[in-house]
Amino acid sequence: MGNYFQQEIECAPREQILAMQNEKLLKQVQHVWEHVPYYRKKMEEKGVRPEDIKSVADLHKLPFLSKKDLRNAYPYGMLAVPLKDCVRIHSTSGTTGKRVIAYYTRHDIDLWEDCCARAIMAAGGTAEDVCQISYGYGLFTGGAGVDGGSHKVGCLTVPASSGNTERQVMFIMDLKASILCCTPSYAAYLGESMKEMGYKPEDIPLKIGIFGAEAWSEEMRRDIEATLGIKAYDIYGLTEISGPGVAFECSAQHGMHINEDHFLVETIDPDTGEVLPEGSQGELVFTALDKQAFPMLRYRTRDICTLTREPCSCGRTHVRMLKLKGRSDDMLIIRGVNVFPSQIETVLLNNGYAANYQIIVDRVNNTDTLDVKVEMTPQMFTDNVGEIDERRKALADGIKDILGIRAKVSLVAPKSIERSEGKAVRVIDRRKL
Amino acid sequence: MSVKQISVFLENKPGTLKKMTSVLTEHHINMRALSVVDTKDFGIVRMLVDDVYETTNVLSEANFIASLNAVLVFAIPDEVGGLDKLLQAFDEAKINIEYMYAFAGKKGAYMIFRVSDTKTAEGKLAAKGFECLTAEEVADV
Repeated sequence: MGNYFQQEIECAPREQILAMQNEKLLKQVQHVWEHVPYYRKKMEEKGVRPEDIKSVADLHKLPFLSKKDLRNAYPYGMLAVPLKDCVRIHSTSGTTGKRVIAYYTRHDIDLWEDCCARAIMAAGGTAEDVCQISYGYGLFTGGAGVDGGSHKVGCLTVPASSGNTERQVMFIMDLKASILCCTPSYAAYLGESMKEMGYKPEDIPLKIGIFGAEAWSEEMRRDIEATLGIKAYDIYGLTEISGPGVAFECSAQHGMHINEDHFLVETIDPDTGEVLPEGSQGELVFTALDKQAFPMLRYRTRDICTLTREPCSCGRTHVRMLKLKGRSDDMLIIRGVNVFPSQIETVLLNNGYAANYQIIVDRVNNTDTLDVKVEMTPQMFTDNVGEIDERRKALADGIKDILGIRAKVSLVAPKSIERSEGKAVRVIDRRKL
Repeated sequence: MSVKQISVFLENKPGTLKKMTSVLTEHHINMRALSVVDTKDFGIVRMLVDDVYETTNVLSEANFIASLNAVLVFAIPDEVGGLDKLLQAFDEAKINIEYMYAFAGKKGAYMIFRVSDTKTAEGKLAAKGFECLTAEEVADV
């Protein structure tokens, strides 16, 4: 079966890919050593020099990079080329001061768009298609990345961006959009809205959905496919490594192929940092092999996953990542927004409550719900119901202000939140992903 | 003299009130009056008990949050217009009532009032001939 954007690379024999990776890795380590003092220092601390890295087999000798490093190095510390060679930035949502700015040269954008084009074609997209992109455009990588890929495939690209559901529906119907790219939760929302407007799946011209930027379940996939009358494909990526298209699903829909000619992947034990044999579940670590401006070496994603090299029926030889198992740290993605329990904790403390709380995330009708249970304290208790409720509302507003999404706050009895080894269980994620 | 009322925070879910009454029973505490006010997710129990000190201690030991508030207790004649006359006095003295609830004793009916300024209200109502009950008297009704 066809459906390749760059068949010679996507279906290249393993040895050929490995040879390509070896060559690119050596160059990249030298490039970073010379141009990123922050990483050079990390290498020196570990006693590693570029000449110690002779092939992919030596990758484990290099130090890791984490989100913390990127924050330390903000804004230019990871930049490996002169600014005049950069043509664009993108940034993570970082409502928390955890913002990361990624830089791109023309070459970086080009390879990223290639990856997105591979994803679109793997999902069955061709130059005949009308591709509506309802990811946000702007600092977020979703819109721009897939937009570039869509151009490369030659689709008629509809840069609808996110929001304004009525207009989205109008474009889908009037322009006969056949591909929809957005977050799975927005796709679900759009599907529900169209159903309410009276559209039956067979009336909707869409055939293909390419959804990513948040985790979603098989159940959700089936729901979206049924309401929109499409086949839905998963796409994976992160701003630090480029954006969407780091990995994508093919027609076999058994895991996402990682674009190994550009991104080297490892799985590690999140606690020890030890590299795990391929096929064991662990934290994904990426090395960008040929990005120039923002060349991440061994970037820890915190995403827990399993890799497989079982031959794929689509003919692609690149390794596949199976469904994400979750994050190894405590960040939650709720309605597409990054949420850290520590943010909620800050609001509690600022409002006079103690840090005894529990966050319960669930998915009802394909929309994430956020409940925050807070233990009552003697200081916050009064005999006046109205006053307690006012304080509860102030807390809910404070959370909305800092997260950008609303939480249902309920007050519970002291010491009622379950504790494990004396520590309150902070997060319960009931979403079946 | 005002009387000390205990207010207890209760989560609005089955069994919480029972848990509290069990604690009181275990420590042989007798409730004289009780009122429950609730919202969707929490409630407040207000009560008069025979041993305020002991009650606050045992409740806190059992991880309940409680606060003490001064309330005024009046005996109401069990006849038409009994409460009306008392409220007339509140009205004339311009005393705002935050909440009130009733309980029946051996000798008749009693009303408990929570007002914003207990001391002033007490004086004004006494001047109109409405004497509130002391803690000892409440324990005895």
